[in-house]
Amino acid sequence: MPEQQAVIDNTHQRLQSAEDLNELRQHLCDRVDPNRPEIVVCHGTGCMANGSTQVTEALAAALKKAGSEAKLMPGIKTTGCQGFCSRGPLIIIRPQGLFYQQVKPKDAEEIVQQTIMQGKPVERLLYQDPKTGETIHTEDEIPFYKMQQRVVLHNIGRIDPSDIADYIAAGGYQALAKALTTMTPEDVVAQVEASGLRGRGGAGFPTGRKWRSALQAIERKGRPVYVVVNGDEGDPGAFMDRTIMEGDPHAVLEGLILGAYALGAQMGYLYVRAEYPLAIKHLEIAMMQARAYGLLGDNILGSGFTFDARINRGAGAFVCGESTALFTSIEGKPGNPRPKYVRSVEEGLWGRPTVLNNVETWANIPLIVNKGGDWYADLGVPHSTGTKVFSLVGKVNNVGLVEVPMGIKLSEIVETIGGGVPDGRPFKAVQTGGPSGGCIPYSLKDTPVDFDSLTKAGSMMGSGAMIVMDDSDCVVDVGRYFLRFLEEESCGKCLPCRLGLTRLRELLDNFAKGKGSEADIDDLISLSEAIQDGALCALGSSAPNPVLTTLQYFREEYIAHVKDKKCPAGVCKDLITYTIDADACTGCTACARRCPQNCIRGKKKEAHIIEVGDCIRCGICLETCKFKAVQVD
Amino acid sequence: MITLTINDQEVKARKGWTLLEAARHHGVDIPTLCYHEAVAPSGACRLCMVELKDGDWSKLVASCIYPVADGLNVYTETPKVQNVRRWVLEMLLAACPGSEEIATLARRYGVTTTRFATKSANEACMVCGLCVRVCEEVVGLSAIATVDRGVHKRVGAPYLKPTDVCVACGSCVTICPTGAMAKIFDTVRGEPQTKLTQLQA
Repeated sequence: MPEQQAVIDNTHQRLQSAEDLNELRQHLCDRVDPNRPEIVVCHGTGCMANGSTQVTEALAAALKKAGSEAKLMPGIKTTGCQGFCSRGPLIIIRPQGLFYQQVKPKDAEEIVQQTIMQGKPVERLLYQDPKTGETIHTEDEIPFYKMQQRVVLHNIGRIDPSDIADYIAAGGYQALAKALTTMTPEDVVAQVEASGLRGRGGAGFPTGRKWRSALQAIERKGRPVYVVVNGDEGDPGAFMDRTIMEGDPHAVLEGLILGAYALGAQMGYLYVRAEYPLAIKHLEIAMMQARAYGLLGDNILGSGFTFDARINRGAGAFVCGESTALFTSIEGKPGNPRPKYVRSVEEGLWGRPTVLNNVETWANIPLIVNKGGDWYADLGVPHSTGTKVFSLVGKVNNVGLVEVPMGIKLSEIVETIGGGVPDGRPFKAVQTGGPSGGCIPYSLKDTPVDFDSLTKAGSMMGSGAMIVMDDSDCVVDVGRYFLRFLEEESCGKCLPCRLGLTRLRELLDNFAKGKGSEADIDDLISLSEAIQDGALCALGSSAPNPVLTTLQYFREEYIAHVKDKKCPAGVCKDLITYTIDADACTGCTACARRCPQNCIRGKKKEAHIIEVGDCIRCGICLETCKFKAVQVD
Repeated sequence: MITLTINDQEVKARKGWTLLEAARHHGVDIPTLCYHEAVAPSGACRLCMVELKDGDWSKLVASCIYPVADGLNVYTETPKVQNVRRWVLEMLLAACPGSEEIATLARRYGVTTTRFATKSANEACMVCGLCVRVCEEVVGLSAIATVDRGVHKRVGAPYLKPTDVCVACGSCVTICPTGAMAKIFDTVRGEPQTKLTQLQA
């Protein structure tokens, strides 16, 4: 946008001091006309996959066509993920805050003509609450957003992540300026300690304590010390860190610079998985802009503090999210974990004291420095302060990204924000913490979502993936899925992990085939414990968690597989039979025509039957039948 | 000197020793496969796991890499230690049916059969990495490496292409605890004029 470009060019000079930054911010804010309409299009990865780029192009073309007819020419802003991914592509019209969902390029003209020119909403693009049938106009009235508390995500969906001016106008780099001018490094560490912030990567280690230990290690060993961002998010179903890096890259960077100031680091690394191209692109742009503005590099804001960072791309190994494997990967060696008997804060990257924090943890730091550790400690619950971002996926109506205060009930996330399971039945379980976590059953739906309560329930916070399951999900199958994933992703160094995960999965395969006996459950538990106790790193030692928690809460389902030779969820192919309910079948022949085995017989307008002998249980007939006549036993 | 207990016996150890070194110095038996004095320990086979206890707290660690410290209470034969060892040995029996050394070790710890499907009868490599480490640390060549990851991990020349970096010193064959290296030694060097059997003769 030409006008915006001019702003950047005008000020494209190094900021020499905190005053310079404030002046620039004032200048940027003055330029904004609060009444000028703005069309905000979500350019998160989810919406882009649904065609939001084309929507933006169509909107630009429609605006051009409308030309001078529009009284106030609106701007188009593209932002990071707005969170409500299942309804994408999303657009918000400001200042009214009109929320349009599932927008197609062909809607662009109507949006411009009706909403921009005449100020009227396009009814059919508005969100309709599936529970009440009510049409909702604005974002903040939608139940999905209403219950959330957006702290880390406050900028995402509001600012253009590829424009530092937007970040600065929204208050960005104020924390850095504050720290450099009014706080000592010790003050910064003290604020992080006071905040009670715990690492968002999974284990929940207190961040302040980690920084303090690093300072103690530095006292003994001297500098250099390194600060590292763990952006190697790889849990199936997790996309919190990706969203933060894509949607608010400067927040991560500012947090990292603050950490470097607190610890006296001169070099930092952002380890981001290569499967996140947009996140890498936005971080690269952010770093380039920050350097140009004198916010990164030599003599930051004229304070004499010098720090620079670089991006290291992961080459597709899940295990490189494990801290020691991440370090060996940055060092240019194969990403194999090493034993952690000496902690990373003492011997991390290149054997030096290193502070490694997750993306979301770093993004919290500017907020803590800005508003104070006590402010942060008031959010959430004691021992699990602040908010947490979760990606809500699986059998849930509102798939997307949510941020909630710690301590909120699990059911509030899944049922109120997530809108529950699609056809209104209760959920069966929620897998938290990805392949390292565990299943929490419906009976524990009121479990507070905080580090300690989830661990007590046998699961873990993990990085924040929440996979919702309903009664058509089989726990044996879920266990096999995660084990297959980890088998492939294990580094293969230690035997309990390399050999054990395969053997554990094979034992589960037997359950899925109805082979074996109840006594095999003891073997499952015993082998799981051997892997937990014996594996070298957290990938292996946490791998049996899904099996152990499902055994704890759904033991009878395992027993049904081997004793009754039934899969109650109707998933394990060797244990199910498809039949057609003669009363419900209308004889439409749809299933028979699509059956790849040609094993459905019957005349037109007469009840059909499945010849079980030839059936491969592919489930196509079940999907095809509109009359719910196909049944699974 | 450092004072710790091993199986409730108070023992002394030198600073810088690992638990394994301390235990072996005092004649306490701990099995190992991937450990060798000639190279840095890596903690891969997990047969040397021991349990550290302090009141209600306990934790399993690999004794070959865990450094001795004052006041540690080390136990080498707890149910948890035995559980890890038993499963690892049973899985090794299935993974390396071609290794007499592994069968002997397993028998010593009472594991004689395996419930798991066995690999091809000739397979003997358990990818402990001793060969790779000796080639890197002692010979200084890194002619061989582990290739791929997870269940696909195996030992070979880089990209599994024969290499002329190998000088046929045979260190890897000597250090290999399962006899597997002798079986693949010639493939590492492509089509050598002198085979391993001739070298050994």
